[in-house]
Amino acid sequence: MSLTVFALTGAALVGLGVYGLLALPHLLRRVIAFNLTGSGLFLFFGAAGARGGAVDPVPQALIITGIVVALSASALAVGLVVALARSSGKVVLPDEDPAP
Amino acid sequence: MSLALDLALCALILGVSLAAVAGAGVFRAVIFFITYGLFVAIGWARLGAYDVALAEAAIGAGLTGVLLLTAQGRLRRVQADRTERPGAPLPAALAGGAVTLALAWAWFVLPVPEAPDVAQALPQSGAGNPVTAVLLNFRAWDTLLESIVLLAALLGVWMLARDADWDAPLGPRYHARPSGVLAYFGRVLPPIGLIFGVYLVWAGTETVGGAFQGGTVLAGVVLVAMMAQVLPPPRASKRLLRAALVLGPGVFLLSGLAAAALGGSFLSLSAALAKPAILIIEAALTVSIAVTLALLVIGPAEAPEPAP
Repeated sequence: MSLTVFALTGAALVGLGVYGLLALPHLLRRVIAFNLTGSGLFLFFGAAGARGGAVDPVPQALIITGIVVALSASALAVGLVVALARSSGKVVLPDEDPAP
Repeated sequence: MSLALDLALCALILGVSLAAVAGAGVFRAVIFFITYGLFVAIGWARLGAYDVALAEAAIGAGLTGVLLLTAQGRLRRVQADRTERPGAPLPAALAGGAVTLALAWAWFVLPVPEAPDVAQALPQSGAGNPVTAVLLNFRAWDTLLESIVLLAALLGVWMLARDADWDAPLGPRYHARPSGVLAYFGRVLPPIGLIFGVYLVWAGTETVGGAFQGGTVLAGVVLVAMMAQVLPPPRASKRLLRAALVLGPGVFLLSGLAAAALGGSFLSLSAALAKPAILIIEAALTVSIAVTLALLVIGPAEAPEPAP
């Protein structure tokens, strides 16, 4: 029963992340939303891997790998956002800028 | 009783994640995201996945939090942190809702697969912690490529430096008041973090912990020391720094090739040599992970801004 609660929480987090990724104009908030999507998928995957009783170590290892890769992707994304802000003075994409 | 705890925990997770996405202000979103990482780490502990809980707390909440907070502070100077209306909220909400429903449907419909039992193969793996055995022995390919992905991401971050800044020290200049809190923590935390990080790596072969969790704690030590100006920011051209970055992937690759030369296949560890091989690979990986993660968070090289 608890596993179902965690899996559905993970599913809701993925949806929330997708919403944020599509709807939020501020690029740093998009990086946060992207991280929520990844984290929700990990939670779903981890709960699915625990259905046989104890948590399966193979999903655990893959999730740890995923968390580290998510950080490196976020660091690159944040670097790009800061570089964009430095060169254009904006933290939104040019075609989504409300006041160009 | 435990179900009530899990329900409350999941409600908290959903609440703070909602605040991180929909709340007003970027700074608040970052703070809620860090809180979210800590709650999810407790969730992983509730699931019994303690290795993941440590990784989530150290990397998901800790390092990502530092990364986002630093970026938020710099972006605030560029553009006012004004509240913005979400663009196209309805299609985005529909897309998000559809993904959630699809995943929920998959949870109830998909059968439980017959998974091979790692515990049976554990005695031959050279590690007592099944997660470490999977990371460094059974699925070593994943971990090797992951350590190379880290390097690639760092190269990407470094390339964002302006041409004129290439030889400048890495990252923005930090300012710590000599008698302030940061300067104090910069001297007190590193020794504790150093011991804890090395312990996590060493204990990781047998119990909870591992190279990634320990390496992240060590990266945190490096970051605190740099932010408190105890440790000067390095330059990307330093030989020793570059050697530390490639040490882990290099040792990992060489051990994989050595296994192939000794009659096995690439990256296969024979039961007799597995334990020392895993310890050597973990030690080398820890150094590279710690340096790479700290430099990823610090960012590209930047010349000091001219005084106004």
